[in-house]
Order: sequence, then C-alpha cells, then structure tokens
Amino acid sequence: MKNHIKLIIGALVISSILTILLLININERKSEVEESYKKLVKVTEDDTDPEKWGINWPKQYDSYKLTAEATKTRYGGHGGSEALPEQKIERDPWLKRMFKGYAFSIDYRDRRGHAYMLEDQEQTKRQTKPQSGSCLHCHASIMPLYRELGDGNAIKGFEKTHQYSYEELNEMLHESGHGHPVSCVDCHEPNTMKLRVTRPGFIQGIQALANSTSQVSYLPSIERWRESSQTNPYDPNESATQTEMRSFVCAQCHVEYYCGSEMTLEFPWSNGLKAEDLEKHWNETYLPDGKRFFDYKHKESGAEILKVQHPEFELWSQGIHARSGVACADCHMPYQRDGASKISDHWVRSPLLNINNACQTCHHINEEQILKEVDIIQDRNYKLLKRGGESLMALLDAIQIAKDSGATQNELKEALEFQRKAQWRLDYIAAENSMGFHAPQEAARILGEAIDYARQGQVKAMSIK
Amino acid sequence: MKIYFTTSILGGILLGLISYSFYYAEGMSYFSSDPKACVNCHIMKPQYDSWQKGSHHAFATCVQCHLPSKTISKWVAKAENGFLHSKAFTFQNFHEPIFIRKKNREVLIDNCLQCHNGFVEGMNHAEQSDCLHCHNSVGHGESLGLGKYNSTKRGSF
Repeated sequence: MKNHIKLIIGALVISSILTILLLININERKSEVEESYKKLVKVTEDDTDPEKWGINWPKQYDSYKLTAEATKTRYGGHGGSEALPEQKIERDPWLKRMFKGYAFSIDYRDRRGHAYMLEDQEQTKRQTKPQSGSCLHCHASIMPLYRELGDGNAIKGFEKTHQYSYEELNEMLHESGHGHPVSCVDCHEPNTMKLRVTRPGFIQGIQALANSTSQVSYLPSIERWRESSQTNPYDPNESATQTEMRSFVCAQCHVEYYCGSEMTLEFPWSNGLKAEDLEKHWNETYLPDGKRFFDYKHKESGAEILKVQHPEFELWSQGIHARSGVACADCHMPYQRDGASKISDHWVRSPLLNINNACQTCHHINEEQILKEVDIIQDRNYKLLKRGGESLMALLDAIQIAKDSGATQNELKEALEFQRKAQWRLDYIAAENSMGFHAPQEAARILGEAIDYARQGQVKAMSIK
Repeated sequence: MKIYFTTSILGGILLGLISYSFYYAEGMSYFSSDPKACVNCHIMKPQYDSWQKGSHHAFATCVQCHLPSKTISKWVAKAENGFLHSKAFTFQNFHEPIFIRKKNREVLIDNCLQCHNGFVEGMNHAEQSDCLHCHNSVGHGESLGLGKYNSTKRGSF
C-alpha cells in the first residue's frame, strides 16, 4: 500500500515539474512576440561599427557575422581552406585574354562573403595599378567620410572622391575610424531601423532611370512618380515600397557602374536597365578629354572596351522573379523564424545554400527538385558562356592575323567595334553573379548577341585585303 | 494519514499548474472556431494574414476548410492536429516553411466539394481530382506580391 502511494507521489512530482517546464516554454514564446528588440545603446549616422548595433540587434548581428564563412555553390564562391579564393582568370583563360590591358587580367578571383569586401579590395593585386578612391563607394561604410569631405553634404564629398587615389582615400577612411565593410547604417535609418538607401551613385542613377521613359513595371513607385506632378525629383527613400526597398538596398552596389579616376562614379541607367540601354548610355558618354567613353584599350587589338562590373540588379529586373514582385532580400536574406518571432536572415548568401527559406516559401516542391532545376538553368548558361568565350578568342585571333599582315587600325575599325559590342555582352553575363539565373532567357539572348557580334567581327577582320 | 495529506497537496498543486497553464496558453480558444485562435502561436501569421486577402475570406474561416464537417471526425482531427502542432511548437523541430500534410489536404479538398459540388460534379476530371492544384490561391491569396501594385502598362520589358 505504501509503495503504491509513493509511486503516485512520484508521478505527481514529475508531472508538476513537466507542467512547469511547459509553462516556462509558453512564457518564452510569448515574450519573443512582445519584444522584438531592446534599445540598449543609442546608434547614430556616424556609427559604422556593426558591433555597436549588435548590442541592440544581436540576432541580426550574429547572422551578419556569418558572411565571413566560406561558402560554395556549383558556380559561385569559395569553399576551400586556402586563404584566398581561386583565380577565375586561370580557370577560364579566355577571361584573362579578354581583360588584357586592364587590371582584371592581373588578379580576378572567386568571391568571398560581405565580411571580406574591404580587406579583399585592399589586398587585390589589381592595386599594383593605380586605382581610384571611387571604389570605396561600395566596399566600405563610407557615408561619414563623404559628409566630412563635402562639409556636411555627402553628395558634394562623393563627387570629390574620384580624384583621390584608392590608397589616399582608404587611409583617410581608416584614420576617421570608419574602416568597416558595408554595415548596418548603410541600409538602416538608425532611429527607426527603416530600410533606406544612402549611396549617392544609386540615388543619382535611379533618378536618371525615373526621368527616362523606359518600361519599369517591376518598380511601381517609379511608375507612380511618373504619373504624378513630378514637382520633386524621384526619391526612393520617400516613395519606394517595402518590397522595392528590399531590392534597392542591394542595388546600391550590385550593379554596373563606372568607378575610375577620370570622372565621378556613375550608374548608366539614363535609358533603362537592359544591357543595350546601359551600353547606349556609355556610348553617349564622353570622357573629360572629349573621347567617347571606354574603360580600357585592349592590349592586343587596341579596341576601346567597356568593362562590365556585376549587373545583378539589372539582370534581375529582366527576369520572372522581378515581374512577380520578388525582391533581392526575399531570396538572399529570407525571413527566418526565431522562436515565435520573424527576422530577416542577415547572412547574405546564395539561396542555394538555404533552399528551405529562400525558395520553398513560394515553390512547394522538394529541395532536390529545386536544386536540379537551378542546375539545368546554370549549366545551360555556362555552356553558352563558354561558347561566347571561344567566339571572342576567334575574333581576337582574326584581328591579330589581320594586324600581322599589315592591316591598319582604320581598316580594323569595324572589327574593333564588334569586339567592343561582343565583349560588353559576354562580360555582362560572365561578371554577373548568378550564372544566368537572375533572368535565364535574357542571359541567353545577351550571350547569343555576344556570339553573333564576335563572329561578325571575325568575318570583318578576315575580309580585310 | 500524513502521506495522504501530502498526496492531496501535490495533486492540488498539479491541478492548479495544469489549469493555470491551460488558461495562460489560451486553451479555451482552441475549442472555438475563431480564426484568431490559429495565430495564437504566431507560426500561422503569414497564413492568417494572407487568408484575409484571399478571395474566400468572406465565405470561409480556417476551420471551415481545414477541418472535416462531421462532428466526430471534426473533433478527432482537431485533437490530432492540436497535439501535433503543440508538440512541434514546443520542441521547435519542424520543417520550414510549413507544408500541409497529405491527410489534411484531403480534408481540404473534401471541403471544397461541400460547397462547390453542385457546380463541379459534372466535370470530367481525373478520378483523384485535386482542386488545389489549380486553385491554390483561393484560400490564402497569391503567394507573392501581396498588396502589389499592378502596372497598368502592358508592353515589352
């Protein structure tokens, strides 16, 4: 009898403990909903150190720090244990020949995460050739320095920076205590944490796009602004929707631009966001010496080449995801659940490393299937890209042969113009960081044109008598 | 005698704890059919929000589509899902994003027919017709672009 009662007492005690644990668990979940964050320190426009922001927003900061991890997908990134990623120009030698006469033929590696953006830029061997201060627009938390240089006016300060050498400006950056990669303050308003854009290059570029007549149905706030009285210039921070802002913050840097030392950094969006719109913008731009714009003269052929940066935003804008209203952050920083609360993943990375949160929110199919679909798209793009590289090499060979048999630069003019056009398109897809995924059909169209122009140029070079 | 006293005190404590937990976790709300009960734990927030924008918002609540209509099977399904949901949320070990289980999907399709059978019974679909294959946006709206501004301009991109 007594044993029986002991058993009951034991069961009662254990059940009570379990119920208390459940109660604690419920309480924890409930409090997660009530407190999204506690503002322990005050952050201002001049706080570029993300660690300080991390005191208030530890979850976001923790995931932001993970951008230092080495990640690799089939076509992107760097998964090795070596200190520096592999050289792209050694893996695909046609890239190296394409860039002859430009610093990218010296050093051009696979990417690392956001955490390395400043360090990698300081250390690249491209720095053996003089680089411009403009480059820091996107590789550092530079707004306080812009304000300092422009006596409070960031745009004025920004417009001065192309005259500084990279070294000079970078030294000023570190001396002023803002030597950090792009951080919290670059995309968030410090009082409200609202998303905002800060980069002068982007703000001027998007205004030029708004002022154009190009079709931008994927950017509704621009359409609305165009229909309005337009008393004030288009201001993305004022007018853009939250969905647009989730792309605009990335488009401050993941775009095509000029960032050399001859003129102010510029986004070529005055005719629209298609590859040929951007090309037209550069063709209509003149360097301070009056010549038509070019980034470098090709060392073998002498053609005036346009170097493409990394037009992710532009290519995305031509794809199905943009048309469906999916923003950059929806896939690259998807919402993740933390207990009962929801936060944006600040470990910015390839969606392929996070298919559950990035893709399955909309695509209700299993992970393997999704990965396979992406593989098909990227493989096709890679094959076409390689074919493009071969065509361009054939064009360069033909130009070289023509030169060796005495063709003048004037006789080669048409062939060189084709090289400029072909390289613009080939580099557009090669430098873009999605292996065609951001807009597969558009990428194929651009590569098709690249191959066509390269072969047309080859015919021209071969027909010089 | 003393031991019986201890046992009843302990029993009382446990009963009190259970009742308080039940009250604190808004246990009674789960006996209602109020859609707000489904967002108590916040996991279903996106589903709740999107339902408000879905075309069926005015006609059907969560339980009208997601639970069987017959009384007994309704309460059995409610208990089963309730248990699985609480287990998942307590241990936080579930697939994300959440997907509907096969069994619950069948319930859902049955409920489509509860209202629409008169209209679709003459249709010559495959034997196992799945309304949701095509009409998956009626309950929770489009999975994308909620509140999206639809461009009035149609033209080339």
